[in-house]
Amino acid sequence: MPEMLATRKAYGQALVELGRENPNVVVLDCDLSKSTMTNQFAKEFPERFINMGIAEANMMATAAGLAACGKIAFTSTFAVFATGRAWEQARMSIGYTRMNVKIAATHAGVTVGEDGASHQANEDIALMRVIPNFTVIVPADAVETRQAVHAAARHAGPAYIRLGRADVPVIFDDTYRFEIGSAVVMREGTDISLFACGGMVAEALKAADILAAEGISAEVVNVSTIKPLDVETIVASVRKTGAAVSAEEHTIIGGLGGAISEALAEEYPVPMKRVGIEDCFGESGTSDELLCKYCMTGPNIADAARIVLARKPALSAVEGEAGR
Amino acid sequence: MTIETKTCAADGTDRSDLIESLREKAREMRKDIVRMVGAAKSGHPGGSLSAADILAALYGRVMRHDPANPTWPDRDRFVLSKGHACPVLYAALAEFGYFPREELMTFRRINSRIQGHPDMRKTPGVEFSTGSLGQGLGAANGMALAGKLDGKDYRVFVMIGDGESQEGSIWEAAMAAAHYKLDNLTAILDLNGLQIDGPNAEVMGIQPVADKWRAFGWNVIEIDGHDLAQILDALSPEHRTAGKPTMIVARTVKGKGVSFMENAVDWHGKAPKPDEVEKALAELDAA
Repeated sequence: MPEMLATRKAYGQALVELGRENPNVVVLDCDLSKSTMTNQFAKEFPERFINMGIAEANMMATAAGLAACGKIAFTSTFAVFATGRAWEQARMSIGYTRMNVKIAATHAGVTVGEDGASHQANEDIALMRVIPNFTVIVPADAVETRQAVHAAARHAGPAYIRLGRADVPVIFDDTYRFEIGSAVVMREGTDISLFACGGMVAEALKAADILAAEGISAEVVNVSTIKPLDVETIVASVRKTGAAVSAEEHTIIGGLGGAISEALAEEYPVPMKRVGIEDCFGESGTSDELLCKYCMTGPNIADAARIVLARKPALSAVEGEAGR
Repeated sequence: MTIETKTCAADGTDRSDLIESLREKAREMRKDIVRMVGAAKSGHPGGSLSAADILAALYGRVMRHDPANPTWPDRDRFVLSKGHACPVLYAALAEFGYFPREELMTFRRINSRIQGHPDMRKTPGVEFSTGSLGQGLGAANGMALAGKLDGKDYRVFVMIGDGESQEGSIWEAAMAAAHYKLDNLTAILDLNGLQIDGPNAEVMGIQPVADKWRAFGWNVIEIDGHDLAQILDALSPEHRTAGKPTMIVARTVKGKGVSFMENAVDWHGKAPKPDEVEKALAELDAA
């Protein structure tokens, strides 16, 4: 069994490292610091931790004002509030102004679990990637989270970092190097490309194992930066495989699957299927139960791959006939 | 040229000279407001004219700033949270040397540096981009917090509108400024009483607004927002209270200085036609 660690926990630790390295780093939270894990930063740097109370809109505007005076401001709360309640503040006061504010939101997706649909942000990637100037990052595990937080702090300008509540497998070792805007091929394959982000990367790796047992060679690509999207790596992969599946713990509308569909429709159309929340709200349950019920597990990704592959031979048959 | 913060001289002659010179500045700014909105054929004259005396006092006397060095880290900051009133801000910035006055005539035009609502990335001297109401006060809080963290003595000024005070985020920010004891922050409420759909009292009552700010833990000063002596007194550092942000509730007249625009709801967001521009300029010159 791999080590399990929630990305929000890695975020809390990375913030403390940043605080030690850079006195200009400030952290704002809306009464959820024990859950977002910013409480570790608050403990070590109380003067640079600003609790805004339960007032997400004002947190974003305040962070923008701090950034206007040279601070690197991290704002944290649950993803549903950070991107829903305060979206217009993020657009106007952070995106439009290009302020150096990093919205690091936790408890994204259905793996929030028992709290239910009110607290499960399945729309946040879509909401944030449509705002100009925002970089959108969905780390796959604790190792990538730590590096993404440091990279976001070095990056001048707005960033959205999507983090989860539940423990997820640690899939990278210390040799891994995260770079904003670079998708990473984690396993090479020739029959189909599986593009995933966040906790779905581990599930996509499971799907590749399942498919391998059936003689299907799946390429697994971790697309942790949703914006700017690494179109080059994505197109290079489908040029080789000719088929694609996206997998995200998010609505299939407008998120990773949406972004890849847009890119492939313009650059290199291939048969594709999007795995994720199918335009509905979640509900209460354990993380694992919810991932099963809403069809976001390794076997579900493998099912989607088989459906796409069934559409692929027709195309090659046409090419084959033309060749005769 | 650095414009230093000074308290008004005790000498009555100096003070009346100062007030006379600021009155002249405000008159020129009002004329520029009418001209630029007229030339743009769109914009918001009413709430710009109501704020002219206050901005003349801020940029002409109260604030420590340097038009030649708009990003000087130790400068005082002014955020226009009611961003639609940017004609008054642009008029002040041009009057005090941030950009050439002729540029005012490019207001709202394609490729202009002076946008329909303030854009800090385009216009020198604009401290924060606003236009969507209810966000400038929070941004000003952030600037004041940064000043405290960095041990700097700059002051942060922010102007909000009375209609804008209906936004919930204003009260989130009101709570936070008092909680963090931002005594380096001075907010000014441009209480002209009117908003797009009619009087505040009919659209969504905000009174008793001074009591609301007191209840939120602010040092509240109530003034006539067109009386430069009262404006200067209220903005002076002595009228702050240690440990509390200051709110200056400035009673103003929307459209102030142009008879047919005064207290008229329609002139919130309507541009004067050429003959109306001429009439307004003549009135302002005669006043």
